[in-house]
Amino acid sequence: MAEPRPVLEMAGIVKEFPGVRALSDVDFRLFPGEIHALMGENGAGKSTLIKVLTGVYSLDGGTITLDGRSVRIASPLQAQQAGISTVYQEVNLCPNLSVAENIFIGREPTRMGRIQWKRLRREAAELVDRLGLDIDVSAPLSSYPLAVQQLVAIVRSLNTGAGDGEGPGTKVLILDEPTSSLDRDEVLQLFALMRRLKEEGVAILFVSHFLDQIYEVCDRMTVLRNGTLVGEHMVSDLDQVGLVQLMLGKAMGQLDELHEHQLRSDAGDTLVQADGLGRTGGIAPFDLEIRKGEVIGLAGLLGSGRTELARLLFGADQPDTGKVTIGGRRVSMSAPNDAIGAGVAFCSENRKSEGLVPDLTVRENIILALQASRGWTRPIPVAQRDELVAKYIKALDIRPANPEARVGQLSGGNQQKVLLARWLITQPKLLILDEPTRGIDIGAKAEIQKLVVSLSEEGMSVLYIAAELEEVLRLSHTIGVLRDRRLVAQIANGPEITTSRILETIASGEHQ
Amino acid sequence: MTTSSTTSSRWRALTRHHLFWPVAVLVLLLLVNVPFTPDFFSVRMADGHLYGSLVSIVLFGSPLILVAVGMTLVIATGGIDLSVGAVVAITGALACSYISDQHDQGALSGVLLAMGLGLLAAVVCGLWNGFLVARMGIQPIIATLIIMVAGRGVAQLITDGQIITINSEPYKLIGGGYWLTLPFSIFVVAAVVAVTVALTRRTALGLLVEAVGGNAEASRLVGIRSRRIKIMVYMFCALCAGIAGLMISSNTSAADGNNAGLWIELDAILAVVIGGTSLLGGRFSIGGTVVGALVIQTLTTTIYTIGVPTQTNLVFKAAVVIVVCLLQSPKFRAKVFGAKFAARFAAKGGAKPAAATADPAAATEAAPKMEVS
Repeated sequence: MAEPRPVLEMAGIVKEFPGVRALSDVDFRLFPGEIHALMGENGAGKSTLIKVLTGVYSLDGGTITLDGRSVRIASPLQAQQAGISTVYQEVNLCPNLSVAENIFIGREPTRMGRIQWKRLRREAAELVDRLGLDIDVSAPLSSYPLAVQQLVAIVRSLNTGAGDGEGPGTKVLILDEPTSSLDRDEVLQLFALMRRLKEEGVAILFVSHFLDQIYEVCDRMTVLRNGTLVGEHMVSDLDQVGLVQLMLGKAMGQLDELHEHQLRSDAGDTLVQADGLGRTGGIAPFDLEIRKGEVIGLAGLLGSGRTELARLLFGADQPDTGKVTIGGRRVSMSAPNDAIGAGVAFCSENRKSEGLVPDLTVRENIILALQASRGWTRPIPVAQRDELVAKYIKALDIRPANPEARVGQLSGGNQQKVLLARWLITQPKLLILDEPTRGIDIGAKAEIQKLVVSLSEEGMSVLYIAAELEEVLRLSHTIGVLRDRRLVAQIANGPEITTSRILETIASGEHQ
Repeated sequence: MTTSSTTSSRWRALTRHHLFWPVAVLVLLLLVNVPFTPDFFSVRMADGHLYGSLVSIVLFGSPLILVAVGMTLVIATGGIDLSVGAVVAITGALACSYISDQHDQGALSGVLLAMGLGLLAAVVCGLWNGFLVARMGIQPIIATLIIMVAGRGVAQLITDGQIITINSEPYKLIGGGYWLTLPFSIFVVAAVVAVTVALTRRTALGLLVEAVGGNAEASRLVGIRSRRIKIMVYMFCALCAGIAGLMISSNTSAADGNNAGLWIELDAILAVVIGGTSLLGGRFSIGGTVVGALVIQTLTTTIYTIGVPTQTNLVFKAAVVIVVCLLQSPKFRAKVFGAKFAARFAAKGGAKPAAATADPAAATEAAPKMEVS
């Protein structure tokens, strides 16, 4: 073989869950000193493969070879000891402890049972220095932005692999969507660290939904689809269109079609009228009119008040000022029930904490909102319930298409679809979607956006929040721009409106 | 699920069933008795009544089953109710003191009124608990501690610190009487369990309770009136405790404010946990709780039949409970049986049923829990 020997080789990996074959016969290899992207739609098996590799799940078949030796990884701890370190999307550290403590937590250097604080800080500082980071290790972790916390998590995981000098050191570093909540500068900082580690010979497995980032930093990629291996390619050999086709298994062009459907902005009567609605500490009083069948996109930076605005319109938070009329009737908005009764639906940006009940099945999660509105004394008849659930599982292509599956086991994109199904089943007049496409793959993204367009054509109004301006621009009839917790402009969409003009408005706070 | 052998997959489905482990433990405990009491499983007829160890287990376990069934729903909402023992005492005290004040203690109307009064007091206690938890936002363990402590005092007040004894035939029926050859309390328990199952599974109450316990904020945002549901559930739990209180005082024909239902809340919580309902809330199983309560009652009976010295019997009970809880933990099973079995049989293609069951079940159950924590 001309190639160097891979540091990690997984062959014929099989993983089954009740009713689902999550991975079937997948091969994967990783070379020292490379950044390798693991690509695929949600539910393609990326997370499962990582969890098998890190010992979270046990194998149902196949072999893992690390450094030429066959290994059995039964727990995350064993994975770490074998030199496989992982940093997940959410930072799992203690914000109230110092950076140094976080790096060494659980493995503090001790002498006679006492922690050697000086040595701990010194070693932490050396580690951070070596990786070219400018961080004061004695400051509490919470004093740093999320991006730095992410870097600290990486430093910590590298050090975990190193053990107490006995371990083999980190050979494989897994980064599972580390960039999803970082801004551009922070991403660059992360990439710099990744390149530095690559030079040191660490093999990095990188998962991200941002194709541009993959092309910027990765050397090689492995593509999965529906739990099977599609192929392994050098990044330089495969362009983005080719990659997306591999991931989806079909040709692109779906998103372009949307533009054709768009801009038929002959929206109907006023559905929602908010006058001077506001909440101290949430969002300054604003006026907003939403017409029937209209899609209103909210643009603004993270923390500009997009979510706060949406929550007021749903009664998730109670407004201090102003009033809302929906369909000509005044709605008090003292609780979500009021809004739901008036035909408003709300998919929170926090799928896990504010959306799903992970222990319940797909079916139960889907019918929850409808059942809540009927009250506990009037259960939905079984036949009707099963028919509705089957219909929406099919319509939204929820996978696995098993109403008995526990929702906690589904992938992010499918969980999002379950939430959508939950509200669509109630046939709302206004659907509020807060970051419905965050953390899900491009295929599901396109499906959800197409759905928004068709719902709007059927006469449903949609309030759409997304971090990606292109997305907002593509879907909305009207764009609401937020800045510093204030609704600063409402712009009618049209051919002359571009992302840069929206950006100007966000930056200046006024629309020319 | 795609295993080739059907017996293997059938066995796998069986062991995955949520009642498998509780029932297995119950059967095991029952069998332990046989060497000590050879006629343990025999049931004989005398005076038109059925007698036997099995009948006594259900009879003596009846109050615990009732309390545990109510507790299951409270725990499913993510709460806990420590006050049930005190509610047992209050209900019994109120009913007995009312009956003892009557000229004719055997009058049916008086007995019914006494029972109604007792149950009303129980429901008021439940309403208070529910109010504190759902409206005032006090942590359930603290909120229900109030009645747990104060309730016994109230019961003492009602009985003037005495043990009230009564002599009432109709009242005696509930906890000590027989009907159709069986102890009457078995019918009471069967009715309560049936009503509870119907109430939770025939209506949407069960689903909404599980949603509230599984994710409170998500439930609020889908429009579930979780406060109302919580108050209802605490009231229902207290009602169950009230019925248990009537049963206990009826069985002894006496109201003992100090000792009636003492520590029953702990046994009930244990029964719920053994029955497979998580203390974190969410999914619950009434059937599991009934089995769990029977396990605890059988254990108590077993301790007597195998002759464990009285002074060590709490330690013995604790030891058995620890073993039961460990057996139920998927992580523990995977550690002790799973890894070994899986390694041995995976190489042979995993055809042996025992091997096929332990490991995958454990892995799929354990894995999502890790995400939650």
